[in-house]
Amino acid sequence: MLDWLGTIIQGVLLGGLYALFAAGLSLIFGIMRLVNLAHGDLIVLAAFTLLSLATWLGLDPFLATLLAIPAMFAAGFALQHVLLNRALGRDLLSPLLITFGLSIIIQNGLLEAFTADSRRLRLGAIETASIELGGNLAIGVMPLLTLGSAIAVVLLLNLLFYRTALGRAFRATSDDLEIAQLMGIDHYRIYSIAMGMAMVVATIAALYLGIRANFDPTIGPARLIYAFEAVIIGGLGSLWGTLAGGIIIGLAQTVGAKLNPEWQILAGHIAFLVVVVLWPRGLFPRAED
Amino acid sequence: MRPPILETRDLTAHYGDFQALYGIDTVVAPGETIAIIGANGAGKSSYLKAITGLIRAKPDSVRFEDKPIGALGAANILKLGIAMVPEGRRLFSSLTVEENLLIGSYGRDVVGIWSLDSIYGLFPALKERRAAPSHTLSGGEQQMTAIGRALMSNPRVLLCDEISLGLAPIVIRNIYDAMPRIKQSGTSIVLVEQDIAQAMKVADRVYCFQEGRVSLSGRPKELTREQVHLAYFGH
Amino acid sequence: MANGDVNQLIELAQYRIETKTRASTILALGGVALVLIFAVLPVFAGRGLIQDLIFVFYMLALAQCWNLLAGYAGLVSVGQQAFVGLGGYLLFALTIGAGMDPIAAMVLSGLIAAIFAVPTAFVVFRLRGPYFAIGSWVVAEVYRLVFAQFKQLGGGTGTSLPPSATNEIFGIEWVKATFEVRSPAARDIITYWIALALAAGAPLLVYLVLRSRYGLALSAIRDSEATAESAGVDSFRTKLGIYVLVAAATGMIGALIYLQKARISPDAAFSVLDWSAYVIFIVVIGGVGTIEGPIIGVIVFYALQRYLADFGTWYLILLGALAISIMLFAPKGIWGYVAQRYRVALFPVRRMLVRPHE
Repeated sequence: MLDWLGTIIQGVLLGGLYALFAAGLSLIFGIMRLVNLAHGDLIVLAAFTLLSLATWLGLDPFLATLLAIPAMFAAGFALQHVLLNRALGRDLLSPLLITFGLSIIIQNGLLEAFTADSRRLRLGAIETASIELGGNLAIGVMPLLTLGSAIAVVLLLNLLFYRTALGRAFRATSDDLEIAQLMGIDHYRIYSIAMGMAMVVATIAALYLGIRANFDPTIGPARLIYAFEAVIIGGLGSLWGTLAGGIIIGLAQTVGAKLNPEWQILAGHIAFLVVVVLWPRGLFPRAED
Repeated sequence: MRPPILETRDLTAHYGDFQALYGIDTVVAPGETIAIIGANGAGKSSYLKAITGLIRAKPDSVRFEDKPIGALGAANILKLGIAMVPEGRRLFSSLTVEENLLIGSYGRDVVGIWSLDSIYGLFPALKERRAAPSHTLSGGEQQMTAIGRALMSNPRVLLCDEISLGLAPIVIRNIYDAMPRIKQSGTSIVLVEQDIAQAMKVADRVYCFQEGRVSLSGRPKELTREQVHLAYFGH
Repeated sequence: MANGDVNQLIELAQYRIETKTRASTILALGGVALVLIFAVLPVFAGRGLIQDLIFVFYMLALAQCWNLLAGYAGLVSVGQQAFVGLGGYLLFALTIGAGMDPIAAMVLSGLIAAIFAVPTAFVVFRLRGPYFAIGSWVVAEVYRLVFAQFKQLGGGTGTSLPPSATNEIFGIEWVKATFEVRSPAARDIITYWIALALAAGAPLLVYLVLRSRYGLALSAIRDSEATAESAGVDSFRTKLGIYVLVAAATGMIGALIYLQKARISPDAAFSVLDWSAYVIFIVVIGGVGTIEGPIIGVIVFYALQRYLADFGTWYLILLGALAISIMLFAPKGIWGYVAQRYRVALFPVRRMLVRPHE
C-alpha cells in the first residue's frame, strides 16, 4: 500500500517537470495558437546554455539560470520578432513546417557545437538528497523543488494574466485578434513578449531537466510530445490545467512503470488518449473557443 | 466652416475579387453626428472597416484632420483617436465587464471625460455587473459595454456599427438615450444603422448607401420618406 | 412560356461542367509515356539507380496520400507513420509467419491497415486542427510502443526478412532469366515495378477521388464544415472514408518499403521523422493541395538527399533553413507559387463552367 503511495508521489513530482515543459508551450499556444514543434529543442538549447555558463563562469546551475533568464527572454523576443511572427496568420501548415525547420536547425546546430555526448548539470550532494517521510517513504529534494517551481511559475503567470494591463492585453489578443487590433494592441509585440516569457519558463524547465537526467542535442522531440499532451489535456488557455495535465501524464507514466518498466511511456500516451476521447477540448477549456 | 474631422474621398474597397465600395465620398464635421443607412450588403460595414484599417484602402481615400490615414493599420487608427464599436459587440469573452472597459484605454491612454467612473455613470447597469464575465451579459448590457470600451480611449471620432442589431426596442431606446451625453463631450459620431428611425433622430446628417455607392445625403428634416425609400431600396 | 425564356433555357442546357484543359490532355499523354519509359528502365539502369528510384517512388506515393488527407480533406495528420509501420510489420508477419507471397501480402497488408484505421479514426476524429495533429502523432507512438512489445517480431531491436521469404516472389524466375541477374537484383527490379505502380497510381487515385462527388464533398468540408453539413454532406463519413482509404494505401506502401529494406524495427518503421516530417516537407515545399506539388517536392528532396547527405548535420541544417525560407517566401509551395503566377494546372480538378461554343 505504502509502496503505491510512494509511486503516486513520484508520479506527481514527475508531473511537475512535465508541467514546466508544458507551461511555455501553453503560453504560446494559448495566446497565439502556434504549434511550436521546436519547443522541446528550445528547452534543450537552454540546457546547453546553462551548461556553458556553469562551465565557463564556474557557476552553480541555479545562479547560471538567474543569469541566463534575461538573455533567454531577449532571445525568445528576437526569435518571435524576426521569424515566428511571419509564420502566423495563415494556416496550420506553414508554422508547422517553419517550427520543424527551426527544430532541425537547433538540434543539428547543437550537435555541431557540442557533439552527441550526454551531459549533465552538476549540483553536488543536493542532486540525490531526499526527505524522509517515515515508513520507508522518501521524497527527493530536487523533484520537490521542481514541482514547487512549476506551481510558482503557474502562480506568477496567472498573476500576470489576471492582475496586470499586459495580462489583459494577452487575454484579449487570444480571444479575438481582430478586435484586439482595433483596441490599439500591437499584437506582434504582444507575441514577442509572450515568446520571451516562454523562453524564460523553458530555461527554468531546462535547469530541472539537466539536473535530473542526462541530456544531449536529440532529446527535444520526446519532451515536446509530453508537453503537448499536458497542454491539450489541460485545455486551451488554462495554466492550472496545464499543471494538472503534466501531473496526469507523470502519474500515468509512473504507475505504468511500476506495473512493467517497459510500459512507462506507453501508459502516459494511453492516459492522454483516454482523457482526450472523453474531453476533446481538455479538462479546463475556456468558456468559448 | 471648420475643416472636417473625418472624410472619405472616392473610397473603394475589395474583398478579394469582390468590390464592396465604389467611390464613397463622405464628410464628418467636428462634433457632428452622421448616420449611414442602407440595406444589408450595401457596404456600410465595409465603409467602417476601411476607415479603421481592417480592410486596405488607398492612403488618400480616408483623411483624418486633413491627414491621409487610409493605409494605416487598425492599431494606429485607434491611437489617432478613432474608436469603433464593432458589429455584434465582440467583447473579449475571457474578460469581465470591467476588464473589457479597461482594455479600451490600453492602446490610447489619454486623460479625458471618459473613465471607468463616468462610464458607469452613463450606463449604471454595468456598474452592478462589473465583475461578471462578459459572455454572461444580456445583449443590451453587452452593447453598453462595447460602447463604453470604445469611449475609454476618449476618442475624437466614435464609429458605431449596427448597435441596435438583435436588441429589443426598449433596449435600443435605452442605449440611444446615452447618445446626447456622448455628443456633449465633443465626440464626432458615425452611426451605421439598420434602425432608420433611431438613426434619423440623433443624426445631424444622413448618408444612404446602396450597392456600394452613396445614393442620398442630407439633413434628416429635409428628406422625405419617399426619397429615403428610393435611396435605400433602389426602386 | 415566352419565346425568349425558352431560348434562354436551351442555352443554359448547353453549358457543361468540365475539368479538362488543353495542357492537361497533353500531360496525360506525356505521363503515360513517362511511366512506360520508367517501366523499361531496368534494362539499362544499374542497381544503384533502381534503388534510388524505388525511394523516390515510394516517397512520392506517401506524399500524394498525405496530400489527399491534409491538403484536400483538411486532416493534418502527423501520425501516418502508424500505417507505414503497420504495413511493414504485417508484410513481415504474413511472409514469414504465413509463408505468403510478398505481393499478395502487400495487398493484404493494405487491407488490414484499413481495418485498423477505423477504430483509430474514432479516437483521433474527436480532435480538431492542431489537437488532431498531435493526437495522431501520439497514436503512432502507441503503435510503435505496442509493436516493440511483440517478441515474436523482434521486439525493440526488430527483425530481418529471410531470403526464403522473398526468393519465391511472384515473377522472380522470369525476371532472373530475362535480365540475367541473380535473386537480390531480381527482387529489386520487381520491387521497382511495384513502386512505380504505386507512384503512378497514387496521383491517379487522388485525381479520381477529387473528380468524383466525394471530391466535391471534400472541398466543401475543407472550406466550411458547418456549411457543408447543412447542405447534406455527411462530413464524418466522408472524412472516415478518406482516412481509411489513405491508411490502406499507406499500409501497402509501408509493406513495399520494408519488403525492399528487408529489415524492420519499431523505431525505424514508426519513425515520425522519416514517414511524417520528410513527407510533410515534400508536400508543403512542393505545394500542398495540388497534385503537382508533391511531384516537385520529391524531386527537390531527392536532389538534396543525393548530393548533400554526405554533409551530415550541415545537410540537415540546410534542409531546415530551406523549409523556413520557402514557407516565408512562397507559402503555397513551389508549385503553388508557379501555378498562381502563371495560372497553370496540369492536373485540373477545378470544375469550370464552359460555354457551348468554347
